[in-house]
Amino acid sequence: MSTPSNPAPGSSSAETAGAAQPAAPPGSIILEMREITKEFPGVKALSDVSMAVRRGEVHAICGENGAGKSTLMKVLSGVHPAGTYDGEIHFEGKLCEFNNIRDSEHAGIVIIHQELALIPEMSIAENIFLGNETAKGGVIDWLSTRVKARELLARVGLEEEPDTKIRDIGVGKQQLVEIAKALSKDVKLLILDEPTAALNEGDSQHLLDLIAGLRSKGVTCIMISHKLNEIEQIADSITIIRDGKSIETLRVKEDGVDENRIIRGMVGRDLESRFPDHTPDIGEVFFEVKNWTVRHPSVPDRLVAKHSDFFVRRGEIVGFAGLMGAGRTELMRSLFGRSYGTYVEGTIIKDGKELRLRTVADAIDAGLAYVTEDRKTLGLNLLDDIKRTTVSARLQRITKGFVVDEREEYNYAESYRKSLRTKAPNVDEGVGKLSGGNQQKVVLAKWLFTEPDLLILDEPTRGIDVGAKFEIYGIIQRMASEGKGVILVSSELPELIGLSDRIYTIAEGAVTGVLSREEADQESLMRLMTRRTHGGSAETTPTSSRESA
Amino acid sequence: MDKVKKIFGGDTRQLGMIFALVALIIFFQIWTGGLTLTPDNVINIFQQNSYILVLAIGMVLVIIAGHIDLSVGSVAAFVGICVAIAMRDWNLSWWMGILLGLAIGALVGAWQGLWTAYVGIPAFIVTLSGMLLFRGANQYVGKSNSVPVSEDFQVIGGGYLPEIGPNTGYNNLTVLIGLLLAVGIVVGAVRSRRALVKLGAEVEDAWIMWVRLGLICAAIIGATLLFGSGRPGTSFPISGIILAVLVLLYGFISNRTVIGRHIYAVGGNRHAAELSGVKSKKVNFLVMMNMSILAALAGMIFVARSTASGPSDGVGWELDAIAAVFIGGAAVTGGVGTVVGSIVGGLVMAVLNNGLQLQGIGADATQMIKGLVLLVAVAFDVYNKSQGRASLIGMMMRNFRRGNDDDTSATPPPSAATETSSVSETIRQSS
Repeated sequence: MSTPSNPAPGSSSAETAGAAQPAAPPGSIILEMREITKEFPGVKALSDVSMAVRRGEVHAICGENGAGKSTLMKVLSGVHPAGTYDGEIHFEGKLCEFNNIRDSEHAGIVIIHQELALIPEMSIAENIFLGNETAKGGVIDWLSTRVKARELLARVGLEEEPDTKIRDIGVGKQQLVEIAKALSKDVKLLILDEPTAALNEGDSQHLLDLIAGLRSKGVTCIMISHKLNEIEQIADSITIIRDGKSIETLRVKEDGVDENRIIRGMVGRDLESRFPDHTPDIGEVFFEVKNWTVRHPSVPDRLVAKHSDFFVRRGEIVGFAGLMGAGRTELMRSLFGRSYGTYVEGTIIKDGKELRLRTVADAIDAGLAYVTEDRKTLGLNLLDDIKRTTVSARLQRITKGFVVDEREEYNYAESYRKSLRTKAPNVDEGVGKLSGGNQQKVVLAKWLFTEPDLLILDEPTRGIDVGAKFEIYGIIQRMASEGKGVILVSSELPELIGLSDRIYTIAEGAVTGVLSREEADQESLMRLMTRRTHGGSAETTPTSSRESA
Repeated sequence: MDKVKKIFGGDTRQLGMIFALVALIIFFQIWTGGLTLTPDNVINIFQQNSYILVLAIGMVLVIIAGHIDLSVGSVAAFVGICVAIAMRDWNLSWWMGILLGLAIGALVGAWQGLWTAYVGIPAFIVTLSGMLLFRGANQYVGKSNSVPVSEDFQVIGGGYLPEIGPNTGYNNLTVLIGLLLAVGIVVGAVRSRRALVKLGAEVEDAWIMWVRLGLICAAIIGATLLFGSGRPGTSFPISGIILAVLVLLYGFISNRTVIGRHIYAVGGNRHAAELSGVKSKKVNFLVMMNMSILAALAGMIFVARSTASGPSDGVGWELDAIAAVFIGGAAVTGGVGTVVGSIVGGLVMAVLNNGLQLQGIGADATQMIKGLVLLVAVAFDVYNKSQGRASLIGMMMRNFRRGNDDDTSATPPPSAATETSSVSETIRQSS
């Protein structure tokens, strides 16, 4: 299974608990991709992309969504087999032609995808050695599997028993298991696609430290990330890809790269401001929530919202800050027609009248709209097209009797496509084919079509590239200018501070404070977000951050 | 290719199926020496398969919503025996019998819908149970005997349009219906085009519309003459008319009504649908209930055609209906499928069955061929999806054009750049 030129001692994957020692000096080129061109029917995803990765560095790849980063990594890892693309890949000085992932893994290239590929019902040890089992004649040697798993877990700093099931550990730890799995495969080049996208700050930092640790042991890393601060922190080099072309490779230290420099490369221009100009025009209070209390759907003695009070004024953008698992999503969804948890007590008052919203349909009728954080599993029917999606949340607006007026459907969808500048050839295009940013615009169109008075946006820019973010910020501000109330839930504090007129903080299901635009900065918010509440269960399970899904 | 696409509209998957059906008919017409497209035979095909096609209409909605219904054959048989006995013992008239049958179907459907939608048992289990339950109920109620039905009831399964008006050599009513249908389609198309122009929306070129309408009208008139020129006393069968009405009705419901949109939404992504205000339980309930009502209708059509209800009616129907739906392009995972596609899928199976029978191929070989056709049709779909390409026809047309290009390689057409890219892609795929 090992290649003849493999410099690592002991090619068996079983013995890689010790670090792979590079024979060649650090700093030499380990991987070179030359003039990679990849076409899909009708689209040129990559054209003449070249990049070189030096041994023992963390090499970041930056680019907007749809720029071709993932396609490039799929070419490298053999997902797109040799022959389906033009250009050459040289790894450790040899021309490589991978036909599948197995080939690239044998060469020492391991990719960890954005969506974790672990099996929840199997144990950590089973997952680590899945497809690579320590076995004699097809019979698994459980003892040595566990021993080796334990060694690997120690290397990634994960204190869990190898027999623990994946579903019982949090997503941060799952990411570490993925890395342990990669290490078990004698990895020389580790590719991480958005490794911290689903992690909270603590877990992200731990992961970045681990990557730095691997680097010091000679493992080369390629990392794709949208979190520019993390890239700035950890990367040695950055290759920027734009519109399927490699634009430039920056050396972080030598070139003195900062976030603005990366953004300039990604969008091809300077963004003078990360946020569009907006002068708030704030009216009277029209939406008020009092003493809102909700139980967890399956753990009855846990409250996901505790006696929360807040209000929204017309034309106001109200931010909600909180750590992962603080209960922001749970709170918003419970307000939106009790679509999460079990209602205990509390009132919703809108325009002076108390509302009883028992179903999502009630909430939509009352003028509420909720844009979910989880676009693909909760926000869109990916099989549907743009025009049908646009009208789907309030079909009765364009129906006569029970019949949908297809002309009106087309007209509305088309006008939203134009006003939100959704990039699609026409409104018959399937939403599954759009990029993340454009999918999000379709979701926004769907909710704007319901003509809401209060728009609740849950992580509206998650997984969206810089250019589309700017446009979505503009849309949010336009809604506020039209006199709607906007609730903005976000994990990105700069985004909250840049857009919100007022920011509530939430911790463990309770509102812990409220800051005006002038008072809010990252430190004051963080202090309120981590404030302990009284009377609640203080412990949060590792999986609590995922339970909203 | 683009022009062909334009003429037949955007749905290339459905287009592929229709072409496959036409190719199959032509193949059997040649192979059987002209026995396929005779009036008697096409009438026969419709009468023999109308109940399966009625089931396919309900089944496609069930499958779009992400479920399956295994009980339709048993439900059809149960309703058939109930109606036959009720009409015999209580002297019900034919229309009261039909109403009773539909009511029993609705009750059965409510039972299955309740378990599926509100209790949350997978439809596979609920209807597997229903398959046993209602098969047993059929034999219990009928004491495993055959029960004949009255002659006026038999019309819905074995009847024809009456002969009226002057003797033209054709069945006048059939011809009249065909003409009205053709005129209706032309008027409807012209009207909707005019409305679109008024709204300032993009419209297709006029010639595309007229070519399409011409082809549709030619097909309708051809079929009309075929059905109308059979033996005196035969014409377009009543069961075919019932089917046609259902296709129009359910095609409209699935595409243009709120409940139809909600079925697709629930099947495509239930959670997203619920967060858009769709009441998914209600949708699931209605879909399952509707299926049983249509199963009841299918059972009655069958009983009417075979003049009696028996203990083994409807055995295996669920599989024929499910096969029709999947050949017609529905996805196992839900969210995808069309009523018209399922009918075309059902007709593919029907024509295949009929043609093999005409050639004297045995039931054993026929079953094997049908099984393989189902597998190949769906495999083709899956393959095309994984390659991100359109359809059978798309590939045929591309290969066809490649042949052309080779012949005239000295003078490449102006659009050679785009063409060669797709051609090279094809070569790569086929190698």
